[in-house]
Amino acid sequence: MVTTLTDPRHARRIAAHVPDPEMPMLTLDELGVLRDVAIDADGTVVASLTPTYSGCPAMAEMRAEVAARLTAAGYPRVEVRTVLDPPWTTDWITPDGRRKLAEHGIAPPGPAPRTAPGPVPLVLSPTRREVPCPRCGSADTEETSRFGATSCKALWRCRACREPFEYVKEI
Amino acid sequence: MSDDHVYLALAEGHDDSDARWAFGTGFEDPLHGVDTEVPAGIDREELAACCLALGDDALVAAQRLAEWTTRAPELEEEVALANIGLDLLGQARLLYARAGHADGTGRGEDAYAYFRDAGDYRNVRLAELPNGDFAFSVVRLLVLSSWRLAHFERLTATADPVLAAVAVKGVKELAYHRQWAAEWAVRLGDGTEESHRRMRAALAAVTPYLDELFAAYDVRDDVLGVLGQVMDAAGLALPEAPPLPGSGRDGEHTEHLAPLLAELQSVARAHPEAAW
Repeated sequence: MVTTLTDPRHARRIAAHVPDPEMPMLTLDELGVLRDVAIDADGTVVASLTPTYSGCPAMAEMRAEVAARLTAAGYPRVEVRTVLDPPWTTDWITPDGRRKLAEHGIAPPGPAPRTAPGPVPLVLSPTRREVPCPRCGSADTEETSRFGATSCKALWRCRACREPFEYVKEI
Repeated sequence: MSDDHVYLALAEGHDDSDARWAFGTGFEDPLHGVDTEVPAGIDREELAACCLALGDDALVAAQRLAEWTTRAPELEEEVALANIGLDLLGQARLLYARAGHADGTGRGEDAYAYFRDAGDYRNVRLAELPNGDFAFSVVRLLVLSSWRLAHFERLTATADPVLAAVAVKGVKELAYHRQWAAEWAVRLGDGTEESHRRMRAALAAVTPYLDELFAAYDVRDDVLGVLGQVMDAAGLALPEAPPLPGSGRDGEHTEHLAPLLAELQSVARAHPEAAW
């Protein structure tokens, strides 16, 4: 027990398995918000989390759950830090995470737009984005709203099977 | 744990290590664990003023956006407006926390949001005007998000690492906000006679407030470039209008801010020691 409590990989496994409160099919690791887990010289576990969006209301829950599980695992001192930089991107959702999203009827994100230095251009012409329907696989889908039930999702519908679905939008 | 009453049961197991019972308790500092030292050589007063102005813009705009809930023309648009407001609220929390480090008071977000009066707020007046019709809200959001995006783009290179990180994150969110507003501006401007008329009226109402935005943080060329692009696509034009005297940045506000704050602050002021 003493040896596992000094092994940061052990601590990381515990923190990594915490489910995301809003998309509980994903772990924090699969969502890409768990940035680091380290053990300080004095034995304090320091877990670093990054928010998906500035206003993400799930951050408090994530932080509390990571601290609770590490404490329950026997770590005497636990600290959860917020990391803002570099900012979260959907590119950090792992392949397993993408598969699980699709299995649960949520279309996973495509590659995030490259952020070139300088002003973000405004594009008013319709942009073609292929988002296959997570239920029937058809590419005949359309966006109904770029904003959905959580900050990270947009609303889409499939014209083939007529089902609405959510889509984790690239950021 | 008692099963007699769900609320009693929730309250029982509660201590500082478990914030889950009230979803947010124990998370009073959105910058928790971030290195919050203000590096040497940074003008703290200027940093605090910048964070406060941007935080106030975001909080007041978020409150107006939230007022659309249950009132928007379509459910999807209501969800969009609420999401945009939530992003801005998140930005406000981070900026207030940073303002508290920079001004040396160590005040938290609640002190800034709930325990200042209208004259202490530094938001631009455009943010506090009542929502008006959907066209007015679209035009206002187009202007505010275009300005904020342009300003945040510059702040990504600012000397303060915390403000720079808030800006890097905010740029991604604001690009979505501006996109939403720009698409609606085109749809309404290039829509029916009635929607076009309302967009013209909204532009006439918003234009006098433009100079106030540019006065302190001048990103005029970027913003006017974007607005011009939208106006062309929408078949509209920015009207000429003399700027209004005074500025919300100096604490000079319209009569609309105080009632907005009264509602926003009512619970916190009735229970000043409450934890959320």
